[in-house]
Amino acid sequence: MSAEELVAVVTINKDAVGGDIPIFFAGTEEEQARIATTLAKVLKGMVHDIGNGAYLIVKH
Amino acid sequence: MNEYGMTIGLGVLMGTLARAYMLRSDYRQYPGYPHGYVTHLSLGFIAAALGSVALPAIAEKEFAAVTFLALAGQQFREVRNMERESLAALEVAELVPRGHDYIEGIARVFEARNYLVILTALASSSANYITGRPLLSIFVGIVFTLISGILMRGRVIANIAEVKAGKLNFKGALLMVDEIDIMNIGLPAMREKILTDGLGVVIHPKDDNARSTLHNMGQRQAIAHVATTILGTKKDIDTPEFTPMVRKNIDTGAIALFCVPAEKDIDSLVAAVERVPVLESARRAPLKTKAGRIAAD
Repeated sequence: MSAEELVAVVTINKDAVGGDIPIFFAGTEEEQARIATTLAKVLKGMVHDIGNGAYLIVKH
Repeated sequence: MNEYGMTIGLGVLMGTLARAYMLRSDYRQYPGYPHGYVTHLSLGFIAAALGSVALPAIAEKEFAAVTFLALAGQQFREVRNMERESLAALEVAELVPRGHDYIEGIARVFEARNYLVILTALASSSANYITGRPLLSIFVGIVFTLISGILMRGRVIANIAEVKAGKLNFKGALLMVDEIDIMNIGLPAMREKILTDGLGVVIHPKDDNARSTLHNMGQRQAIAHVATTILGTKKDIDTPEFTPMVRKNIDTGAIALFCVPAEKDIDSLVAAVERVPVLESARRAPLKTKAGRIAAD
């Protein structure tokens, strides 16, 4: 099993995230889903919804 | 030489045929490239030759010849290494890998088959040597081949567990098969796609032995790999959401398989899972121990 790696965060809730990772802000949920889809395809990662308005792109 | 010609010839023939028979019976494990067939048939031929000269060698009081069998043992361990290495090298290109346990199991099977070939060749050459009747020798060879086939069959998931169709559903972003958690799917579009195209089965172990066997990660990976081999997968390198997953219910010990097959057919998936071999390395038997039996009730 390879180690998981958090590569990016896409959020509509600016207060929910911070720190030393690429963070993308979106205005609406549709925009958030679109950015997350593109990033996931480019980074070959998977999108996870942590439930507070932030999507994580994780490499498994 | 002539007096043993028939004995050795029949032994080699039956041994090689036994190897060919066993090659045919393993469609699921064999990559199926023609060169692989050539390699294994040739090695089978060598094994058969070794088996069939054993008895004539002893009859001639050439006891040193028996040491060749030791050499054969060494040689066939090499077969195991060869299979392991080549399958491990191909693993990188698999969307759903076989896993080390499955590869080890396949490699071991390939080694063991050569020993069964030696045994078959020895039996049929002995039959001809002792009775002098070639037809009887052929008959013995066929019987041993069939016995080898039964010995090599091994157990499958259907023997140790019940496989039932499961229902995919989402609790928020969490994908579940019946009540077993699988994974978190973030994108709403992916969730919809999974609900329309995905399939799930639940594997209920029949007893505690089966439960610990199914909990082995190698065994679970083998299940995912076989399901993908038979039904295909919609997974690609940029859609990890469609990766087949095998997770357990921590309370009941049942196992759930989730996959997004290229061909959506639940009956086919259940049949495929039922036929997944139980891996030797994954096999556990806590019920054979006293402590295990105490826990069982």
